Amino acid sequence: MTEKKEYLLNIQDLTVHYETDSGVVCAVEHLNLHLGRGESLGFVGETGAGKTTTALSIMQLIPNPPGRILSGKILFEGEDLIAKNEEEKRHIRGGKIAMIFQDPMTSLNPVIPVGEQIAEMIELHQKVTKNEALEKAVKMLELVGIRPERARDYPHQFSGGMRQRVVIAIALACDPTLLIADEPTTALDVTIQAQVLELMKDLKKEFNTSLIIITHDLGVVAEICDKVAIMYAGSVVEYADTHSLYTNPLHPYTNGLFNSIPDLDADQEELKVIHGLMPDPTNLPSGCTFHPRCPMAQPECSQKRPEMLEIEPGHFVACPVCCNGLKKG
Amino acid sequence: MNVTKKKKRGNLSEIFRRLKKNRLAMFGLAIVVVLLITAIFADVIAPYGYAKQHLRDAFQAPNGKYVFGTDEFGRDIFSRIVYGSRISLQVGFIAVGIAVVIGGFLGAVSGFYGGRVDNAIMRSMDILLSIPQILLAIAIAASLGPGLFNLMIAVGISSIPSYARIVRGSVLSIRNQEYVEAAKAMGSGDIRIIMKHILPNCMAPIIVQATLGVAFAILTAAGLSFIGLGIQPPVPEWGAMLSGGRGYIRDYPYMTLFPGLAIMITILALNFLGDGLRDALDPKLKR
Repeated sequence: MTEKKEYLLNIQDLTVHYETDSGVVCAVEHLNLHLGRGESLGFVGETGAGKTTTALSIMQLIPNPPGRILSGKILFEGEDLIAKNEEEKRHIRGGKIAMIFQDPMTSLNPVIPVGEQIAEMIELHQKVTKNEALEKAVKMLELVGIRPERARDYPHQFSGGMRQRVVIAIALACDPTLLIADEPTTALDVTIQAQVLELMKDLKKEFNTSLIIITHDLGVVAEICDKVAIMYAGSVVEYADTHSLYTNPLHPYTNGLFNSIPDLDADQEELKVIHGLMPDPTNLPSGCTFHPRCPMAQPECSQKRPEMLEIEPGHFVACPVCCNGLKKG
Repeated sequence: MNVTKKKKRGNLSEIFRRLKKNRLAMFGLAIVVVLLITAIFADVIAPYGYAKQHLRDAFQAPNGKYVFGTDEFGRDIFSRIVYGSRISLQVGFIAVGIAVVIGGFLGAVSGFYGGRVDNAIMRSMDILLSIPQILLAIAIAASLGPGLFNLMIAVGISSIPSYARIVRGSVLSIRNQEYVEAAKAMGSGDIRIIMKHILPNCMAPIIVQATLGVAFAILTAAGLSFIGLGIQPPVPEWGAMLSGGRGYIRDYPYMTLFPGLAIMITILALNFLGDGLRDALDPKLKR
């Protein structure tokens, strides 16, 4: 089986709750996930499915309070990130795991020239002088396609797409082994999206970085990812390589997602949507969290939490019902 | 690489270039520079010693010999104002310096960490705020005893709470910005984040408050000198001169007029400069 292989990142049974005044928000529930070196993983799900929380858990940046990691392990290069002390965590952030945030408009510091912001990352993690760091920063800028003389400019002098390039330059400045991109293209318009994705794809190859892309855009995933994890209400419901997931989606939620993409050729009056809403995260349904909205729901779905089953090598689904159907058919 | 070198030289001259466009700020800067020169070269500029009494020439109106006239002991008011600039500027800048550094630190820590730390710091600031500032300064000055240094401490400590509040407010609004989160994700430590990412972004209100604060510090120092807790005579201090001349204001108004003008011009210049600096330091307003 593939699990014998050494994973770069292996999340086991991760549970993260936010303890707020209005109740406990179960943002991530018993999440399992793994990622090999150099692989890229797409993290797909609706708003509030726990994608960002999972990413922040990997970075060990869950705001506490109210956030709390209740259980689980996040093994990165074989070591548990949760058990590390603050000093070691700081070393890993940026140095080994870098993150790209959603909105390039706000994720750059407005009062520091971009060159210096890239240099800061390098200074933090490598033993270099300030000037060497600045020189490297300029090289990084060139790498993402920004002219070197613009290193002195402030973020507000750049357009959104260029700022996202700067953010990518910062993230890759220290040659991280894992790059987490939290909806890197959501705030950009479509043409710029394509450019930024292309850039990320190229740089990922060049640096041999593993990549996690958080998105709700299945098109982005198809473009750039080797593997896809579909998240629903805090857990992964289906995990497979991109090709088999797109050709053979199994979980009813995944099917629902694909069905809700409008077909360009068909003359559709209405979008096919998944009925109902995301469950209230303070009060998740029992058993399978998707059962109230599931077209295939069986009585036992509300009783027992479904386990991840490996249907084909590398294709995991958390739905016994659709798996049964598969075996029978 | 020439790009990085240009950058190094760039920052200060860039700020000055932007400041130059603002006429009022340049006017303020010019006056502040003149005041500083006056303070430093007081010995050369002042025609008489500050304590030199010409009893026969007491109560003289401004004339060729005494440009600003003389006071009740026949001391040259111009010389006293020149020497007084030393004391007043020192008190103004150092007291505000103390307040900005301590208040800024407390405010930043309290805003950044929140929770219990925030509560503890801000409630003690509230206690300080509940005492009228001048009373607080009087109490501190009285317990420390008179003298220039104690005066600066008294004025400085009494204005800490207002800086702490301002800085805390700005830090609270900046703490949740995505670039702070991004800085954390870069592996920056708390101190680095506060110093490099948060404080530079809340400079504007601090600078404005500080320039106004210099004015306030000079006035508070004057008040303390008036009740005998600040600068001891015969050392000249603008506020003390002002209150000293108070009794003669009907007959010899120039005794209060000139120290008053000195305070006013200083404060006005500082405010102009502060305003201009705030704009010049903000890269978003760069043209």
